[in-house]
Formats: sequence, structure tokens, C-alpha cells
Amino acid sequence: MSALTQALWVLLLGSLLGLELIGKVPPTLHTPLMSGANAISGITVLASLTLIAQANDQLPLLVLGSLSLGFALFNVVGGFLVTDRMLAMFSRKSPRTGGPR
Amino acid sequence: MAGLELLPALIDLGAVLLLALGIKGLSKVSTARSANGLAALAMGLAVLGLLIQQPLSPQAWLWVAIGTGLGGVLGLITAQRVPMTAMPETVALFNGCGGMASLLVALGVALFSPGEGSSGLVEQISIVISVFVGAITFSGSIVAMGKLQGWIDTPSWTQSSLRHAVNIALAVACLAGAIALPGDMAGSPLWLLVVASSLLGIGVTLPIGGADMPVVISLLNSYSGVAAAAAGFVVGSQLLIVAGAMVGAAGLILTQVMCTAMNRSLVSVLFGGALGGAAPVGGGGEAAGYTRITSCSAEECALALEAAERVVFVPGYGLAVAQAQHALRELSKLLENHGVEVTYAIHPVAGRMPGHMNVLLAEADVPYEQLLEMDIVNPEFPRTDVVIVLGANDVVNPDAKTDSTSPLYGMPVLEVDQARQVFVVKRSLGAGYAGIKNALFELPQTAMVFGDAKAVLNGLLTELRSMGVGKKVAA
Repeated sequence: MSALTQALWVLLLGSLLGLELIGKVPPTLHTPLMSGANAISGITVLASLTLIAQANDQLPLLVLGSLSLGFALFNVVGGFLVTDRMLAMFSRKSPRTGGPR
Repeated sequence: MAGLELLPALIDLGAVLLLALGIKGLSKVSTARSANGLAALAMGLAVLGLLIQQPLSPQAWLWVAIGTGLGGVLGLITAQRVPMTAMPETVALFNGCGGMASLLVALGVALFSPGEGSSGLVEQISIVISVFVGAITFSGSIVAMGKLQGWIDTPSWTQSSLRHAVNIALAVACLAGAIALPGDMAGSPLWLLVVASSLLGIGVTLPIGGADMPVVISLLNSYSGVAAAAAGFVVGSQLLIVAGAMVGAAGLILTQVMCTAMNRSLVSVLFGGALGGAAPVGGGGEAAGYTRITSCSAEECALALEAAERVVFVPGYGLAVAQAQHALRELSKLLENHGVEVTYAIHPVAGRMPGHMNVLLAEADVPYEQLLEMDIVNPEFPRTDVVIVLGANDVVNPDAKTDSTSPLYGMPVLEVDQARQVFVVKRSLGAGYAGIKNALFELPQTAMVFGDAKAVLNGLLTELRSMGVGKKVAA
């Protein structure tokens, strides 16, 4: 299997997985879920790091990669922390009921 | 030997597994928080795996440190400082930055082509997609944030069909840039694509009314996943492709769920323009056509509350704007001590984002069990004594059920008109976010309490306390 075919399979299966993962979500969790998924989309950090790693110390590439890494990390760090802040408020509320009805 | 080569692959697989579990866990209240941590852990693993596979030179480390320092610290500060009421804007901002990151990676590869030199068709296509989607995600998210913050208005030309012409022209420009790109990777086609896609992101988002903004943010969130997946093709990372595809697909589902809640199709959200903007009635006109409005003072409202047995609060964006969640919580505590049954009716799209109200009220320590979803609370309204609508408008408009000419017709609403008495706390009679007149305000059982939600709630608290409500009557 060529690298491309393999990548396309990965794309297809990843998409299907994404469609299946969240079927029923209580409206309460829409905002945190959106925010969490948004943080995960900051996985572009991997692309930024790869760009830096393969830059062969070319300065423009290093700068672009670093800038891109900054943007992606802003998304990741901010996204996860904000999501956690929101969710922390839910879990503190219902220790005895143990979640939604 | 084999073990050493296997290790990064195993780390990647572990990261994918954890990410999937994370997304899944985020959709249940009981597991959401740990799932978020799991996803963050997965992200750390993925980075670790990459660093094992691709060792960095000292100079590269320096630039990694700069990027990490800037992005990480800014993210940390933003996440801690931003108020809960500004969550939707914040998510939009983060999202836009994710898109920008993909755009920059694609630019870097296109301009300086690192790695194995001659780029194949696949790489070119991936670059086009990554630039196109990344730029749209960025500019669209920033516009969405600006509109939610109130920095940007909806210009009137965007409500005419002119915008379609503009957007189509921009799309054609993008296509032209994309087709010309393989011939000249680092030249003008690339910049044409960057500029045209960015403008297209603005042109598509700008005409959309605030009521539809949650859907747009969710859709843009899905785009940023697509952009990440495209960046994965550009740099050849399967992990990135999987994660991007998962987020893209999950974002689409969430977008669909939101559209269903508002009874709008995605197509009409994207191309229909602002709700009510072109509608014959009202549309921004102050107090347009209201004739039978009863207004009342906080004192009268307090008297009704004092006598009530069942009270339902309907929070909306006005509550968030006024930062009145703590005052509201205090008022309900007072009423509960007085023996009143207090609940909150949460419309799926109340506020600017689904779940916005839940987050807001959770911040004020409102018990989770008191927040009732629409399907559960609607049958309860006929036996409710007092409903207090706090800065919500379109989600309680009875026209959505009865008036087939209303642009809201068909949207599920909270049936507060079934309750015995309704107080609507609102700053003015100005139209709601959808720009539509609300028939609820003219019903005989409705009274308007004009004022900022927080001021009114504090007024109610004072009135009730002076009546002696909530003082320990002790058995």
C-alpha cells in the first residue's frame, strides 16, 4: 500500500470514528465539548514541530514554524484549560447524584 | 532494534486511542472532566512521540522554546482571565488560531519546501486545502468573535444579494489561485489564494446574524479539524490526519445537533443571511408595533414571587451580559428558604452557544439538578405560578408555535405563555437577536420589568428582604 493510499484510509476511518464518537450529547455539554474538540484541533502543533524539525536550520522556516507553533499551542493550552474550568464547575455541583438523569 | 522503531508508532497509537476516548468521554457529564485531561495527555504523548522520531537541532530547540513560550503563556493567561460569559468568543478566538497554525505550516512548506524537494500533486493539493481552510477558519473565527463581542456590526450591504456576488467572486479567485499554484509554488497564486480565502472567510461570516453565531462557531471548529488533517497530509503525519478528521467529523455532528435545536438547516444559516434582517416586520426598529405592553415595578414582581409556590427562571443572553448569575442564585436561595420550588428552564440555544447558560449558572453554584431541559420543563409550565424571563427573547416567543409567517416558525421554544404569570426582565422593548417582535410581551399575563437584569434582581432581593421573606421561620 502506498503512503498516499494509507493516508487516505486513515482519513476515512478517522472521519467515521469522529461521526460515531459523539452521537448523543446533553445540551449542557455542547459548549465544553466544542471547546474540548477545539483544543484537540490544535494538534497542528505536530505539523509545526515537524516543520521546525525539517527546517535544516533555515531561518525563515524556523520563524514560520515557531510562529505556527505559538498559534497552535495557544489553541491547545488555552482550549484545554478553559474546558477544564467549565467542567470543574459541573463536577463540583453533583457529587451525590453522580451525573445527569 | 525493532523495538526502538516500534516505540514511536506505539506512542502514536496510544495517543489516537486516548484522543478517541477523550472525545467520547467529553459527551457525558460524569466523565467529561477526566476525558478532557485524557485528551490533553494524548496531546502530550503525541508531541513526545514526534520528538523521538524527529530529533531537533539546538537551534531548532531555541525556536521551539520561543513558540512554546509565547503561545503557551498567552494561552494560560487567556484561559484564566477570560470571564465565563465570554466563553463563545474565547472558543472562536482559540479556534481561529488553530486555523492560522495550519495556514502557516502550509505556507512554510510551499515557500521553502523542506524535506524531499520536488513536491508531488498530493502535496500540492494538501497545501491548497490547508491554506484555503486554514485562512477561512482564521478570518471567519475572528469575525465571529468580533460580532459576539459587539465590535463588528452587520453591514447592510451584506444583507442584499450583492454579498453572494462578492463571495462567488472570491471563491472563483481562490479556485484560480489553487489551479495556478502547482506551476508556481512560492509565487503570486499562493498569495492570491491566501488573500482570497481570508476575505471569503470574512464575507461568509459577516452576513450571519448573531442568533446563528453558535452554529457558525461550531462549523468553523469543524473546519479547523479539516485544516489540521490537511496539514497532516502536508507534513505526512498520520496521527495528525486521524485527529483532524475526528475533530472535523465530530464538529459536523455537533453543528447538525445545534441546527436541529433551532429548526434551521445549515444551508439557510450559511446563505440565508441574518434572521429577520430582510423580514417585513420589525427588524431592528425600536419597539416596533407593540401596543399592549404592561410594565411593572420590581415591587409588584416581588409580591408575586412571595406568593408563588413554583417559580421557573428562564435565563438568556441578557443574564450573561449583565453578569447577573450570582444575584439570580441569591434570589433563588432566598425563595427556596421561603418554601418556593425554584427551577431553571434551559433552552438548547439560549445565550450565544448551546450550554452557555448551564456554564454560567454552574459558575454561580446553581445545583445541576435544578437546570431543566426544554422537553422536561415544557409540560411543567401550566402548573407554574411565576415565570421570570431574564434577558431571553426569541427562545420564549410563542409565535414560533402559532404564526406560520414568523421567521421563527417551527423552532422549539419554551412554552412560558402557559404559566399563570410571566415577568420579562429586559432593558428595552428593542427586538431580540433575531430582530423579531415577541408576541409574549403583549399577552395579558405578561408584565415587563424594564432594567438591567442584575439591577432588577438586586431590586427584587431588597424588596423580598424588606418583606421578611427568607428569614428563618424555623419550625
